[in-house]
Amino acid sequence: MIKDITIGQFFPGQSVIHRLDPRMKLLITVLYIVMLFIAKGFSGLGAGVIFMLIGFLLSGIPIKMMLKSVKPILPIIIFTGILNLFFITSGNIIFEWKFIKITDNGLRTMAFMAIRIILLIFGTSLLTYTTSPITLTDAIERVLSPLKIIKFPAHEIAMMMTIALRFIPTLIEETDKIMSAQKARGADLESGNLIRRAKALIPILIPLFVSAFRRAEDLALAMECRCYRGGEGRTRLKQLKTAPRDYFALALTVIFIAAIILLNRYSPI
Amino acid sequence: MGIIRTEDLTYVYGEGTPFRKVAVDGVNIDIDEGEIVGIIGHTGSGKSTLIQHFNGLLKPTSGKVFIDGEELFADKSRLKEIRFKVGLVFQYPEYQLFEETVYKDIAFGPKNMGLSDDEVDRRIKETARLVGLKPELLDKSPFELSGGQKRRAAIAGVMAMEPKVLILDEPTAGLDPHGRDRILGLIKEYHAEKGTTVLLVSHSMEDVAKTVSKILVMNDAKVFMYSDRSSVFARSEELSAMGLTVPQVTKVFDRLRAMGIEFQDEVFSIDYAKGLVLRLLEEKRKNLD
Repeated sequence: MIKDITIGQFFPGQSVIHRLDPRMKLLITVLYIVMLFIAKGFSGLGAGVIFMLIGFLLSGIPIKMMLKSVKPILPIIIFTGILNLFFITSGNIIFEWKFIKITDNGLRTMAFMAIRIILLIFGTSLLTYTTSPITLTDAIERVLSPLKIIKFPAHEIAMMMTIALRFIPTLIEETDKIMSAQKARGADLESGNLIRRAKALIPILIPLFVSAFRRAEDLALAMECRCYRGGEGRTRLKQLKTAPRDYFALALTVIFIAAIILLNRYSPI
Repeated sequence: MGIIRTEDLTYVYGEGTPFRKVAVDGVNIDIDEGEIVGIIGHTGSGKSTLIQHFNGLLKPTSGKVFIDGEELFADKSRLKEIRFKVGLVFQYPEYQLFEETVYKDIAFGPKNMGLSDDEVDRRIKETARLVGLKPELLDKSPFELSGGQKRRAAIAGVMAMEPKVLILDEPTAGLDPHGRDRILGLIKEYHAEKGTTVLLVSHSMEDVAKTVSKILVMNDAKVFMYSDRSSVFARSEELSAMGLTVPQVTKVFDRLRAMGIEFQDEVFSIDYAKGLVLRLLEEKRKNLD
């Protein structure tokens, strides 16, 4: 059913990773991505794996959830893997048949890229699994706020994201209800060719848009009634505070980056 | 065997996630044809989930549902056919209106049934009369109607399919007392005129008491009891423990009886109460004479 779609995929918990300051988590995730891209060999990548594992084990997220996050991009991994395997022709030839040439370099790059992509997805999933979407937008607003000097609307963008996130479940529920109601009136949503299916969406989309507009209007009114005038001079209910563990996590990240740079230099396999 | 029958019907939301919730738990009911039944229970007791099984919108996690003797989901291709037998009016049905005119919107269901234009036309006119929509409203956009009119137009859209069972989920939610009485009145009229089975889901005892003859009480995903009005209200203490109240007027007359006033009637509505009081006064006067 449509309700089963998870958006934001937050997995509630009380682990250290959950409790880290979201700004720090955001920064660490960016550093982690940098880490993966500067790693030149498998040893560097191995350090990345260790770093990811530390986060994963501390977070208490079930391994099933992590694997689920990789599933949608599996085709990309396979596709890049095939490209690397067949189009890298340097190095020693391992297998040759007609025009197909597989070299050790090709195999290496394939494995390297696959691991890198999987690590990227794991790391970023760990961020979204352990941080609620609202906290995350809050963190994004704070991180982007220095850009206000060049008139970048950090607050407005964060507010839009928050509202969008807030209304996704509501609209999904609404869609579900409208779909059920029209199905109860005999609407056929599952069969027929493309044009028929597109036409069958009309009884769902029109009520959905009507209700989205109604909600938008109500929300705008409610916000104005509570004197919302944008981000200027606004204080917060929940102040983000950094704790010693945040700096510890940052220090650990920096150490890993340093380690990878050293590994690149002295053990570039 | 009744028109709606369930065998150990169970439905679980979000199986295998931290949000797992049993919404309907081992429900066995048998509703006879032609009955008008109230389904009552506080918010989250599983009423809405239960009724969505009756026309195959939800598939039971375990257990079976039989409509008119036929098992749902036994043959998927029959599902659409069964949906036409069981008309379901959702909560706030006015949010499903989408056509350019009220006429076209009411026609949506009957047209999906593949009826001829003449038949569709006949049904629209008949149901519009039943729900009290004036003929000139039929050519208006549904979005121009008032709240109560929209609600009645949406109900007409399901009634026009002439289902064997009509299920209404909280049809009076968010209406003023006048609009509420009007909707309940038209449901009663529809039942009287068509003689079809009607299920009325509500959390308001007052609404249900006025309209139905039998009541199904849901509590914590289970059926607490299914019986006629008076035997349900006789257990008022248990009902209030689960957050449901017996209609105020019933409470008043229960109290009067406890105080020693003698009468046999079960009182569920103000109108009936008025008649009863007048009758009792009349008897008293005669006794005095």
